[in-house]
Amino acid sequence: MSKTKTTDVLIIGGGPAGYPCAIRAAQLGLNVILVDKSGLGGTCLNRGCIPSKAVIHAASRFAEISDHAAAPAMGISCAKPKVDMKTLTAWKDDLVGKLTSGVGMLLKSAGAEVLNGWAEFSDAKTCTVTLEGGETLTISAQNVVLATGSVEVELPFLPFENERIISSTGALALDKLPKTLAVVGAGYIGLELGIAFAKLGTKVSFIEALPRILPLYDAPVTRPVSRWLKTHGVEMHLSSKAKGLTKTGIEFEDKDGKVHEIAAEKVLVAVGRKPVTQGWGLENMGVDMDGPFVHVDERCATTMRGVYAIGDLTGEPMLAHKGTAQGEMVAELLAGHRNRFDPVAIPAVCFTEPEIVGVGQTPDEAKAAGEEIITGKFPLAALGKALSMQGGKDGGFVRVTARKSDHVVLGIHAVGAHVAELSGEFALALEMGARLEDIAGTIHVHPTLSEGFAESAMAALGQPLHITR
Amino acid sequence: MGLLSIKLPDVGEGVVEAEIVEWHVKAGSSVAEDDNLVDIMTDKATVEIPSPVTGVIKSITGEPGDVLAVGTVIVTIETDAAGVAEEESTEAPILRQAQDEDEKDPPLKATKSHPRIQSGASSEPTPTPHPEPVEERGGKRPLASPAVRKAALEANIDLANVPGTGPAGRISHQDLEDFIAAGGRLVARPASHTGRAKRTGTSTHKIIGLRRKIAQNLAHSKRTIPHFAYVEEVDMEALETLRAHLNATRNEGQPKLTLLPFLSMALIKVLPDFPNANAHYDNEAGVATTFEAVHMGIATATPNGLMVPVVKHAEAMDIWTLASEISRVCTAARNGKANKDELSGSTITITSLGALGGIASTPVINAPEVAIIGVNKLQIRPVWQDGAFAPRKMMNLSSSFDHRIVDGYDAALMIQRVKTALENPATLFM
Repeated sequence: MSKTKTTDVLIIGGGPAGYPCAIRAAQLGLNVILVDKSGLGGTCLNRGCIPSKAVIHAASRFAEISDHAAAPAMGISCAKPKVDMKTLTAWKDDLVGKLTSGVGMLLKSAGAEVLNGWAEFSDAKTCTVTLEGGETLTISAQNVVLATGSVEVELPFLPFENERIISSTGALALDKLPKTLAVVGAGYIGLELGIAFAKLGTKVSFIEALPRILPLYDAPVTRPVSRWLKTHGVEMHLSSKAKGLTKTGIEFEDKDGKVHEIAAEKVLVAVGRKPVTQGWGLENMGVDMDGPFVHVDERCATTMRGVYAIGDLTGEPMLAHKGTAQGEMVAELLAGHRNRFDPVAIPAVCFTEPEIVGVGQTPDEAKAAGEEIITGKFPLAALGKALSMQGGKDGGFVRVTARKSDHVVLGIHAVGAHVAELSGEFALALEMGARLEDIAGTIHVHPTLSEGFAESAMAALGQPLHITR
Repeated sequence: MGLLSIKLPDVGEGVVEAEIVEWHVKAGSSVAEDDNLVDIMTDKATVEIPSPVTGVIKSITGEPGDVLAVGTVIVTIETDAAGVAEEESTEAPILRQAQDEDEKDPPLKATKSHPRIQSGASSEPTPTPHPEPVEERGGKRPLASPAVRKAALEANIDLANVPGTGPAGRISHQDLEDFIAAGGRLVARPASHTGRAKRTGTSTHKIIGLRRKIAQNLAHSKRTIPHFAYVEEVDMEALETLRAHLNATRNEGQPKLTLLPFLSMALIKVLPDFPNANAHYDNEAGVATTFEAVHMGIATATPNGLMVPVVKHAEAMDIWTLASEISRVCTAARNGKANKDELSGSTITITSLGALGGIASTPVINAPEVAIIGVNKLQIRPVWQDGAFAPRKMMNLSSSFDHRIVDGYDAALMIQRVKTALENPATLFM
């Protein structure tokens, strides 16, 4: 006979959707239990956003030093650098450790109870949690929030069991740098990691089924990334299908049906993510599905009363900040507030080289939605700050898309070194309903990259200061 | 597979340009033979241009409101139809076109901190537009910050009903508070006690097609013609008695008589004595043309706007024929079925607001004519008669004359003659 507990709110999953939900619900005075098995912080902190950014940062540092070693610049020269993957991975793990334990502390101080165990539901409001030592605990809750997240999609002919085949998780835990790496899938995850390994000195090749990289962005925005890949010797095999491993490489079929082999000490499979819907009793809860995802309404409520779902489990875009916003929103709902998930835009960033930011509609999307638009584009090469950081040469720009009739900003896209940090201002502009005149009329600090945003708005208004019309 | 270019046809004598009113196809759409491609308008006739073949539209030239020269290629169609060979299509000259500023992708010149550095920014092609854009608007979400949106949700208020005072109609916290204070949560009806929500929206639309023609013609008339207006009242007792009698005893197949055919008869009767009022005046040539015939224009309100269908040779008709003709041309104009001939050539115009009436009006002359006669509402009014007020059916005639051609005295005299004829209706038939 296991012990029994009751609670106001039971949250399954301690990732970037579940843990903010728990903190906010506890702050609002609710009795909260959070059950997590795979480490607080979820994919984001342990296997995704944060560790990948750490590795990308280290790789960029290494690439910069390598450049100086190869050809002294700005009067700086040095010996050829070396990288020890074991130490790099340990540094990254230390960083991740700090952040995850920080999450634990935040939950504790907010007053949420955290159970390290695996939950399995017998009905919509009752689950049995198997704790670390094998002990079980039955929890019955008034409200349940599902935040089980997602995992990497595996290809049957390239199973992760094979030690040469790695997922994004595996790619962030290597203790030795592979000489050659084939990346299957040129979406943002594959590109971010593939570019990082290329910077560390690995010979990287991509195999992508579609005819272009990053299909969610329009071609002008992805062109600088394509250009970087080309100039840095990264092989791109587009419109191609991976077939299977060979002794020292991987085979793929090009668009004409011809089979090629390329060397690949390791193969990174980054073809997408799928929601975790198996193994925890979802089938016993009586909630409707929406394809592979759990169906939710604008309040993140499932079809079962008192059961909510947030984060990757609810569908695209599978982004941490979307899950966090949903988690906060559901916590407030449970505390009796009215709320709903209705962002104007969910910003997205690719930490590629150079970086890409997209908020709101692209010009094509806006036109397809029936808008008559004007756009303004400002090249980062015209910004002193970009040039002083050697960031002006990659073809980067800021592009704003606005409605022609009232100049309300509909979308902002940027590509270039360090532009990810501009995403906050972009999102704020859309959420606040800014017009081009608002952006152009806001004083932007000189010298910063943010000047590019103001200039793009001026360009759309036909009055850019630092480019000719 | 050949490319067929369709040129703007010569749709009327002397027509050198025509205006696009509405496209029924767009690039990429399929058409069958005889499908309507585009509506174009000349003078006051709207003409449909049908597709001569079945095929796929490759390109179209011009937008609604554009005025194109006759002979301009307006559509190219890719077709399998026999006899269509590979053919070059030429871009048409658009005489007047709204300025298009879509993508601004200015070339790079200099940098802020490094003014002399020239950039190598690539010339990137603009994104290709969607082949078949969804022509759906509406559903535009109200412009408001996240905090305002949440506050509205908590107050159970649909922001779509809240007037925003900010730029582009943005709803501020203050707007929302004002709305709530004004009893705004009863969004279905205006506030009962403290006042009504301010309405601040505006909408603009292009004045094109018939409406533009009307605007041009009327502005031209008012600008160039010194109007002399004259209003007189007419005792309609006798005529109304006659009209009622004729209507009560009419044969099957004869139309019901309104006042218009009687007024036409009166004008036809007096105009031979006032030839200058049944005339066209060409100011530039300095020539006035008087007409023996009376081509009676009937100003008509149609769903698309004001039109003036014409009863030709009204002087040769009896009252029944006149009534039928007036009814026929007006109906044709209302249904958009009137042909060019039925919409041009009037020598004098009658305008009537019908039952809507009014006491008097100042009608605008339908240039190049020189006179227009307006009918006001027939009403029973007290009239001093034989030492006492008597109730009489009275009606005002409001007329305007081109004072350059028709002297005020003559105009007044003519209207007096019309009055006399109407008050003694038997004389209309002599």
